[in-house]
Amino acid sequence: KRRVPAAAPRMADPHPLFDDTSAAGSGGAHRGYGAPPPAASSSSSSSSSSLYPPPAGFLSEPVSSLAVAYGSSLAAFNLLPQLDRFIPVGRLKYYFAVDTVYVGRKLGLLIFPFLHQDWQVRYQQDAPVAPRFDVNAPDLYIPVMAFITYILVAGLALGTQNRFSPDSLGLQASSALAWLILEVLAVLLSLYLVTVNTDLT
Amino acid sequence: MAFTLYSLLQAALLIVNAIAVLHEERFLRHVGWGSDQGIGGFGEEPGIKAQITNLIRSVRTVMRVPLIAVNSITIVLLLLFG
Repeated sequence: KRRVPAAAPRMADPHPLFDDTSAAGSGGAHRGYGAPPPAASSSSSSSSSSLYPPPAGFLSEPVSSLAVAYGSSLAAFNLLPQLDRFIPVGRLKYYFAVDTVYVGRKLGLLIFPFLHQDWQVRYQQDAPVAPRFDVNAPDLYIPVMAFITYILVAGLALGTQNRFSPDSLGLQASSALAWLILEVLAVLLSLYLVTVNTDLT
Repeated sequence: MAFTLYSLLQAALLIVNAIAVLHEERFLRHVGWGSDQGIGGFGEEPGIKAQITNLIRSVRTVMRVPLIAVNSITIVLLLLFG
């Protein structure tokens, strides 16, 4: 999968910008989105050239500043305790308690499920064991990563055909989300029709 | 492939409207999907036809009033914004 090269532009991007806004003062994050990238592109060529050599003009594109602003706004939003009323964050953390070995084994199971013998989820005092300790346990990390990887690879494919624009990335994301929701609803409807009661909590 | 979230909402609204419009007496009885046509005993497992019949009946019962509201909002929005 293309997770490593897709992760590199997202990783190399925030570091110069975070250093720049902390040096520029507290108002750096609230200024317009066009302000940080021109100041950061000069510092990025010096500071990040040792880590990853970014392509020329990468940080001056509006999509990167948009992505960083979105990411920082998400980080600020998720730290608020008011979120706990809508999304049970504690229960969500169970689905993200994964490690590399588990992800590798789970992906292998997804591609080739024929040699696996024991499909039972192991329990520990009435609750399923965290995915770190059991390959059969469900998780949310792989679906979220698959979604993000799909959007990035779709952007890459559009780019090689010279059809890329920043709006098309958002369009791909919402379209993929709509298909995902439709697929989940179809699975739920089918499970209801054949009276299979599942209990994954 | 521009299948957006908005079109999903539109499709869902249209499908729920379609289910709500299926009349019990005039139509479903003739097809054999009426709600009083022998859905099976108490102890046995309901088949797929019984599940579909129950689903149609419950959607019609539950969604009648919210559908009025959502349809009115959709009509007003479509008239204003096209």
